[in-house]
Amino acid sequence: MNQFSAFVCGWVFAIGLGVSGMTKPSKVIGFLDVTGHWDPSLMFVMGGAVLLGLISFPLVLRRKMPILGEKFILPENAGLDAKLLGGAALFGLGWGMSGYCPGPALVSIVTGNLAVIVFVMAMIAGLGIGQWLLTRK
Amino acid sequence: MTNWLMPLVGGLIIGCAATFFLLFNGRIAGISNIIGGLWSPSVGDVSWRWFFLSGLWAGGLTLLLIKPDAFGQSDFSLFKLSAAGLLVGLGTRIGNGCTSGHGVCGLSRRSFRSLVATLVFMMTAMITVYLGKQ
Repeated sequence: MNQFSAFVCGWVFAIGLGVSGMTKPSKVIGFLDVTGHWDPSLMFVMGGAVLLGLISFPLVLRRKMPILGEKFILPENAGLDAKLLGGAALFGLGWGMSGYCPGPALVSIVTGNLAVIVFVMAMIAGLGIGQWLLTRK
Repeated sequence: MTNWLMPLVGGLIIGCAATFFLLFNGRIAGISNIIGGLWSPSVGDVSWRWFFLSGLWAGGLTLLLIKPDAFGQSDFSLFKLSAAGLLVGLGTRIGNGCTSGHGVCGLSRRSFRSLVATLVFMMTAMITVYLGKQ
């Protein structure tokens, strides 16, 4: 049941990305291009999602447990560290170079477009290298 | 004028997906961490990730059928895209999240870490686009 739920959430998530315009890298670059022909419309994507989440997340987390599980699995890290800041900066660099963040890139694979397939394969390699860096020692 | 409407609707749909995922599965809908854990050694923790990823692809196929103009071409060289992909994978793994995990879910949880991470990757991406034009 929780697998079916994960599938449906992934499906809805992808539809949201497509409707919002996030699966168009040129539009994302237009949003990031604040000193040029800035297209601020994509602000409403995160704006809309967070607006809803700020209301819905606290309501959901009032429950003792999720509907299909025994407990909520939430990040427990607190405070800032070099990994968070450095990782976010590297991610921003890659995002600005391509216009793709992980979700839209994975969804766009279905187009069979070589550029996005190359991006996703490199991204998976990057995730692997990051995992190796975090777990060595 | 209606320029902002589809992004807003899409954002609300994404917010719904993240809310349902938290309500039903009890987890954060952060794409980079969901994918990063696909090769996790803990056996019971893997299959739902494949189902979520299959859902993303099913959504992509649905978009191809009903809204094929949702997808755009990238203007950059394959070399630049592969470097960018590597950085996105590495950065989101080390920084423990991307636009969905830190941006959508983290801000919804009022996480200070996610707020800082979101500001850092937004600013860095904007500076990167600016420098790329020079």
